[in-house]
Amino acid sequence: MNRHTRNAAVPDPATFPARPYDLLKEFTIALVVVALLTVGLAAVFSSPDVKPVTLASWARADGADFTATGVSELGGTSGTAEYGAPYNHTPGAAQKLGPVGLQSAAGVRIPVDTANDFVLGPLRDAPEPPAVTAALATWDAASAARHRAWTAAYSDALAKAHGGAPAQGDYGPVPVLTARLLQLARSGGLDGQLQAQGKFYETDYTRSLLFISDGSYLESLARAEHLGGDQWGMMNETGNYPGQAWLWLYTFWYQIEPFKSSGNADALIWGLMALLSLVLVLVPFIPGVRSVPRWTRVHRLIWRTYYREQAAEGRRRE
Amino acid sequence: MSGVPETGGGWTGAVRRRSVRALPPDKLLPDTQPVYMASWIYVFGVLTLASLIVVLVTGGVLALKGPAWWHASDVGKYVNSLHLWSVELFMFFMVIHLWGKFFMAAWRGRRALTWITGTVCFFASIGTAFTGYLVQQNFDSQWIAGQAKDGLNSVGIGAFFNVLDFGQMLMWHIVLLPFVLVLLAGWHILLVRLRGIVPPIDATAPPADGTTREAA
Repeated sequence: MNRHTRNAAVPDPATFPARPYDLLKEFTIALVVVALLTVGLAAVFSSPDVKPVTLASWARADGADFTATGVSELGGTSGTAEYGAPYNHTPGAAQKLGPVGLQSAAGVRIPVDTANDFVLGPLRDAPEPPAVTAALATWDAASAARHRAWTAAYSDALAKAHGGAPAQGDYGPVPVLTARLLQLARSGGLDGQLQAQGKFYETDYTRSLLFISDGSYLESLARAEHLGGDQWGMMNETGNYPGQAWLWLYTFWYQIEPFKSSGNADALIWGLMALLSLVLVLVPFIPGVRSVPRWTRVHRLIWRTYYREQAAEGRRRE
Repeated sequence: MSGVPETGGGWTGAVRRRSVRALPPDKLLPDTQPVYMASWIYVFGVLTLASLIVVLVTGGVLALKGPAWWHASDVGKYVNSLHLWSVELFMFFMVIHLWGKFFMAAWRGRRALTWITGTVCFFASIGTAFTGYLVQQNFDSQWIAGQAKDGLNSVGIGAFFNVLDFGQMLMWHIVLLPFVLVLLAGWHILLVRLRGIVPPIDATAPPADGTTREAA
């Protein structure tokens, strides 16, 4: 059936019998009903507002996790340090959609150097005790390979200590630097330093959020609220609220294979959702899909009065 | 049409004549509808529109007072709750409206653009709601931003649309996306008025014997 005949098969609504219908009255009633429903739901259920995690609250609540994260930022082994685009040029880190690497193609547009931005810069900007000045000088004088060796050894020692004092070892200036960073964070100073970055007005929380997200403290709080990726967390919110229930299909793919265990899960799911969204938009033009309403016959229920009257009319004519 | 000059008036007159020809007042605001428009499913379109108005008004009050107000004020908390629940209702009504229109194959009879603007409205609403969750300035915002950045970065969008940048997300949430959404919704509604309510599947035009329309 070509487009012309398909269109011609749908009669003009103006040719059908009509009945009075007050659109504005209907809209006014709908507005009042929705307003009352909203007022009632808001009064009964309110809305969630769990306080945000700050670098200070994290450092005070879980100093061991904060220190371990600080060491990984300094050594370039944190999630952010090895993220790839748009934060840095880590080879092979970017996700791909089949052969297409959109992540790396977009480039490094929000450059983040975790060692300097999260650790060394804030330490230099704060008042420096003599031991920290000396530690910074030692760090600056050492090679990149030495940096990696110190931070890797200290990370291992911290992991083995399970929150206690790490064993003695060759960690260079790393323990002094991260202890000072913890001190700054607990005082609340690090929040301001990371946020302001030498400016007065600031609305960009990229660096603070990346640092906090690299630790395990934020995730442990989120999992307790059933917000983890494998807990359908993308459509949930804190407390017993409906959240973004309309993201159910997007969230669903993260719960099943092959996406669940794929290193390219985000890119694959975004690609799939883009395709499905396009299908929804273009339903009128897709053979088969556009015929689903006719096959399911839900329309017989929606227009049951019309079809019943048509059938009665047909019987009368016979 | 009486009172409307047939020529002249430059671009303005031409646009006016074309607009009035396409959507004369009795078509733009009709006081009758075809008899087949008799189902509860039709209510969800107008409920969606009514919810959008409540969303915009409650969001407007939050905008008047600033993004941090609702954390420190009981009244603010209640207005935020109104905004949240009106959004939940808006999305609920819109999804039912969308499924209803799907099962009615409402794109028939030169109504494909009406369907397209409606589905794009749905996606614009998801984006608007999502940015709203990002600018709450609480734990939910932090966690959602941290998770969402991975999806957006994986396809290159995050390099330009940074969910960790509160200022950028606030502008998208209160200016750009609502503007697009209202524009699309207006276009969608005008298309509905222009084409009329889609007749039932397989319906045929009644005989043109002068008795097809009842007195309103």
